[in-house]
Amino acid sequence: MARKTTSVMPGFKLTLGYTVLYLGLIVLIPLACTFWKTSALTWDQFWHTVTAPRVLASYRLSFGASFLAALINLFFGLLVAWVLVRYEFWGKRFVDALVDLPFALPTAVAGIALTAIYAPNGWLGQLLAPLGLKVAYTRLGVLVALTFIGLPFIVRTVQPVLEDLDPGFEESAASLGATRWQTFWRVILPMLRPPLLTGFTLAFARALGEYGSVVFIAGNMPMKTEITPLLIITRLEEFDYPGATAIAVVMLVVSFALLLTINFLQWWGHRYHAPV
Amino acid sequence: MNPVLPPSVPHRDVHRRVTAEPPFVRWLLIGTALLFLGLFLVVPLAAVFAEAFAKGIGFYLHTFNDANTLAAIKLTFIAAGIAVPLNCIFGLAAAWAIAKFDFRGKTMLITLIDLPFSVSPVVSGMIYVLLFGAQGLLGPWLLAHDIRIIFAVPGIVLATMFVTFPFVARELIPLMQAQGRTEEEAARVLGASGWQTFRRVTLPNIKWGLLYGVILCNARAMGEFGAVSVVSGHIRGQTNTIPLHVEILYNEYNFVGAFAVASLLTFLAVVTLALKTWVEHKNAALRGTDG
Repeated sequence: MARKTTSVMPGFKLTLGYTVLYLGLIVLIPLACTFWKTSALTWDQFWHTVTAPRVLASYRLSFGASFLAALINLFFGLLVAWVLVRYEFWGKRFVDALVDLPFALPTAVAGIALTAIYAPNGWLGQLLAPLGLKVAYTRLGVLVALTFIGLPFIVRTVQPVLEDLDPGFEESAASLGATRWQTFWRVILPMLRPPLLTGFTLAFARALGEYGSVVFIAGNMPMKTEITPLLIITRLEEFDYPGATAIAVVMLVVSFALLLTINFLQWWGHRYHAPV
Repeated sequence: MNPVLPPSVPHRDVHRRVTAEPPFVRWLLIGTALLFLGLFLVVPLAAVFAEAFAKGIGFYLHTFNDANTLAAIKLTFIAAGIAVPLNCIFGLAAAWAIAKFDFRGKTMLITLIDLPFSVSPVVSGMIYVLLFGAQGLLGPWLLAHDIRIIFAVPGIVLATMFVTFPFVARELIPLMQAQGRTEEEAARVLGASGWQTFRRVTLPNIKWGLLYGVILCNARAMGEFGAVSVVSGHIRGQTNTIPLHVEILYNEYNFVGAFAVASLLTFLAVVTLALKTWVEHKNAALRGTDG
């Protein structure tokens, strides 16, 4: 049967062939070259490059700020998704569309806009300055930029699951005597765990590689406010290609691990929320 | 039965009350969510336009009366004009192969198509420098034949293609998988050619999904910064795209100029969001009539 339907549809060789060719030329071969280029380094050289103090400091900042930003978005993303799905209020459709702004706004624009706002004489910067809080050109600035970049991910992964949630579960919980908070904590939240984790990982992965929005607000001080992607650019500008490649390979390996995690989480989510 | 509820409350109200929060909690949650979004989304958006018009509309327009700004706009249109159609053709081919046929390694192929999304923009640009740069794998050969890719327009186009690679494909693959093959099979059995089947049967079914992917692909292509920054070389009037031009003006402390050019990209982002919402609305309406 399967063989017969396959023969009716045209263009299998053409479309698959073109897909694999284009994928290979644009993505796979250039990426493979990066790994091949690192083989010019010995293991000791590679290890020395990727664990130099300045590089380690950049990992700490990139991973730490990305994790915190994803955590902030985990909380507020769930809140925004909840409000958009469960409540009616004026301007809701506008707010819903606005959530995707960080996807649509070029990162460089986000970077200079956030810097202007949080600079000591900016709209929010001058309010925070008397409190002793400096955001622009500090690590806090990196956190603000990464929070902006990751904002839509959790909202957009949680929203559809929350929409499809069977109200019967909540009614049963309530009729069995659970308070609203207990229902949320014990019934709704466990069902939202897969999309929350998927959204968190997506936001974290995006923040880790982010460059454009961060470089303007970070101040870019080595050891202090220098993120890993910026360090790669610095190495390239010094024509230290092996150094740049080694750090890039570390980032690529982390990205691929996160991609596998995301695929696993989506498979896990679908297992429990199989479409009927 | 429930002692908390007074017996006079009609059944419908009881039903609503057990799965809803008290108004106080409701308004607190809405207020907090709007405050968060206002602080992180509306304030930056407003700041771009406030800074762009800080010295009046005359100065704003003056920024665009500059050869380098116009060259940057032109290059951005060239890069997007090449990258978007190519990724569109790729997306259609990939979705056709994946949705209409069964073959081994399909899941693997879908994962590989998504790969560019998980690579840092900086690394996306760097891989082409390693391949085509002066010290790169093909560098000496390119140099001998006087072909410039890195620090030239082809490099910018390639980097743009890489970062926008999955947009159309990832929109079309799930859509065409959900639609199945029966309609196309019927068309074929009734004597339509392959091209007729695609144009008359498949294309009308996927046009909104395709448009959606193209809109997002275009927004990213015109706004990409990190990847393009690595391969551009920042030669004014030659290899500067709009986002790179924003950076140059900003680093020269020409803040009003930087924000004026940035306002162009912000306008593009707002139009993208509006179009996206409109397409989603159309799509939902279409699904509503089908179901």
